[in-house]
Amino acid sequence: MGKNGNRPMILTEDLWKTYEMGSEKIHALHGVSFEIRQNEYVAIMGPSGSGKSTLMNVIGCLDTPSQGKYYINDRLVSELSDDELAYIRNKEIGFVFQTFNLLSRATALHNVELPLIYNGTPSVERLERAKASLVKVDLGDRMGHKPNELSGGQRQRVAIARALVNNPSIILADEPTGNLDTATGVEIMNLFERLWEQGNTIVLVTHEHDIAAHANRIIHLRDGRIERDEIVRQVEAQKPQPQTTEAAT
Amino acid sequence: MFRHEIKEVLLLSLDTIRSNKMRSFLTILGVVIGVMTVIGMASVIEGLNRSFASGLSSLGSSTIFVTRLPQIQFGNLTQEQRRRKFLVYEDALALKEDCPAVAAVSPLSFPGLVTSPAKYGANQANGVQVRGVVADFMRIFDSPLDQGRFISDYDVEHRTNVAVLGSEVVDTLFPSLDPLGKTITWDGQEYVVVGTLQKVGSFLGQDRDNRILLPFSTVRKYYPNRRDIFVAVLPTSQETMQTAIDQIIEVLRRRRHVRPDQDNDFDVGTSDSISELYHSITGGAYMVMLVISSIGLLVGGIGVMNIMLVSVTERTREIGVRKAIGARRKDILWQFLLEAMVLTGVGGVLGILVGAGISWLVNAFSPLPSAVSVIWVVIAFSVSVSVGLFFGLYPANKAAKLDPIEALRYE
Repeated sequence: MGKNGNRPMILTEDLWKTYEMGSEKIHALHGVSFEIRQNEYVAIMGPSGSGKSTLMNVIGCLDTPSQGKYYINDRLVSELSDDELAYIRNKEIGFVFQTFNLLSRATALHNVELPLIYNGTPSVERLERAKASLVKVDLGDRMGHKPNELSGGQRQRVAIARALVNNPSIILADEPTGNLDTATGVEIMNLFERLWEQGNTIVLVTHEHDIAAHANRIIHLRDGRIERDEIVRQVEAQKPQPQTTEAAT
Repeated sequence: MFRHEIKEVLLLSLDTIRSNKMRSFLTILGVVIGVMTVIGMASVIEGLNRSFASGLSSLGSSTIFVTRLPQIQFGNLTQEQRRRKFLVYEDALALKEDCPAVAAVSPLSFPGLVTSPAKYGANQANGVQVRGVVADFMRIFDSPLDQGRFISDYDVEHRTNVAVLGSEVVDTLFPSLDPLGKTITWDGQEYVVVGTLQKVGSFLGQDRDNRILLPFSTVRKYYPNRRDIFVAVLPTSQETMQTAIDQIIEVLRRRRHVRPDQDNDFDVGTSDSISELYHSITGGAYMVMLVISSIGLLVGGIGVMNIMLVSVTERTREIGVRKAIGARRKDILWQFLLEAMVLTGVGGVLGILVGAGISWLVNAFSPLPSAVSVIWVVIAFSVSVSVGLFFGLYPANKAAKLDPIEALRYE
C-alpha cells in the first residue's frame, strides 16, 4: 500500500460516464481527472445534477466509468468484474451513508463485523477488530445495542466504525450529516477530523459549504466537470503534505 | 462461501423467520402438510408391512389355498361364479390321495355369521371366530398347542362336540380354572374343551387368538347351509409348489367335470398372491401419499418463492448495503437460498414432528400398527430442503443481480 506521500492513493484519468435516455445521451461525467494522496481530507462539492453522486459511485467502485481510467493504489479498477469490484469495496473503501444504512435487526457490534464476514476473517479476530473499531468511535459501551436503540449520531458512528474496520484506503462519506441535527453534525465532523489526524484518507461528498469547510481541499463539480480544485487549509508540517495537481478554474 | 458465513446466514434467516412468525408459518404450511402426509402414511404402511411380513410367515410361505370363488376379485360375482359347485370334504381327501406333491390338506368350514358369545358359567367371550378344521390344520397353520390335544381324525369322523380354544378365549372364559375337560356353550351347542393354543397375535386385522376350533364335520353338521369351504394345502416342499398346484388343478377339474375348453371353476392361490395383492394395495397407498405430499410441497414451494420475492423487495436496501461493503453476487445468492432452505427445512421438521405424532396416535388409538420410518424422515427432510433450494433460486438470483447503486437508492 502506498504509504509514502508521493504516490496517489486515488488517480482518475479522464473519467466519462454516459447514460442513454432514449435517443439522448447524457454525460454525467465529462472527463474528470484528479488524484488524492494518502491522508488527504477532500470534499467533493456541487449542486444536484453536478455529477457528484456519479463520481462518488465510481470512486466507491459501485459503478464503472464509461471511459477513462481509475486507479486505487496503482491498481486499475475501472475495468474490473462485479466480484472483483466487491472485493475492492470491501478492502479499500469504507462507506458512510447519509441514512446510516445499518442492518436494523443486528447489533452495533454485528453491523461492524459485517465487512469482515465478507472477507473471511476468522470469528475471534473479527470480534476483536469490530470491538476496537467501535471503541475508536467512542461506542465501546453500546456494542450490544440495535440501531433503533441508538440516537442518530450514535448510528452514524456505528456506520463509521463499520467503514473503518477493514482499514480501507479511503473513507467515502456521502452527506454524512444530512440526517442529523446541527450539534450532532458537528460531533460527527469532529470525529472525521480526528480520524484524519490519525492518518486516514477521507473523501466527503456534500452540497453544504459548512460541511465541506471541514476538509483541507475542495473539489467543485459542475455539469460533470471539475470547476475548481482548491486547497482551503494548509496542514501542519508534521503531516504528510497533500499536493494538488489541478487548481484550474 | 465460508463456513462461518453459513452459520451467520443460518442465524440470520432463523431470525427472519422468528420476526415474521405468522407469515413464515403460512408460507411453509404446504411443506408441513406434505411432509406430515409422507411421515404419517409411510409410518402406517411401514407398520402394516412389518405385521404383514410376520403374519405371512406364520401362514407358511408355501401354503396353497383352494376356493370355489376367486380369492382376489374387485367387483361383483359373475353368473358363472355364482353357479359354481361348492367344494366338498371329499375334494380335500382326493387332493391328499391323488396329488403326490401334496403333503397335507386342511379343509376349513365356517358357521357363518353367528354373533352369540361363547359361555362358560357366567363368563362370556364375545366376537369369537369359529372354524371347522381337521388334524392337518396344525401342520399348515402356525398354531402351536399350549395344553391338551388338537382335533383328531376320530373327532372329524364322528362329528364329536370337542373344541380347541385360542389363548384369548381361554383368558376370558377360564381366567383361573384349567379349561381342559370343561364344557363350554356356543350358539346353543355344548363342546368339551380338549386343547388350547398358544398366543399367536393378529394378522391383517384378524385376531387369531380369539377363536374356537371345532371338528370340520361338526361345523358342517350344525350349519349345513354354510356349504362354502376353504381348502389349505401344504406341498411336500417349496420346490414342488408349482407341481402341487398343477396336480391340484388337474384333480379338481376331473372331479368337477370341467371340460378341456372351459376355464377352471375354482381358484388356486398361494400366499405369494396374497402378498402381491397386499403390495398392490400399499403401492396404491404410496401413490396417494406421493400425490398429496407433492401437491403440498408444490404449494409450499410456490409460497416460499412468493415470500422470498417479497423479502428481496423489502430488503433491497439491505442488499445494497451488503454489496457496498463487499458482498459478492454469490454471497447474496447464498444468503437468500439458505434462507429459503431454512424456511422449508423448518417446515419439514414441523411436518416430521406432526407426522410422528399422527403415527403415535394411530398406534395408541387404532388397531393399525405404525412405526416412523427413518428412511422416510431422511427423504422428507431432504426433499423439503430441496424445495427451498429450487423455489428459492429465482428470488435469490434476483437479489444477487441487483445493482448496488439502485438498491442503495431504494426507499
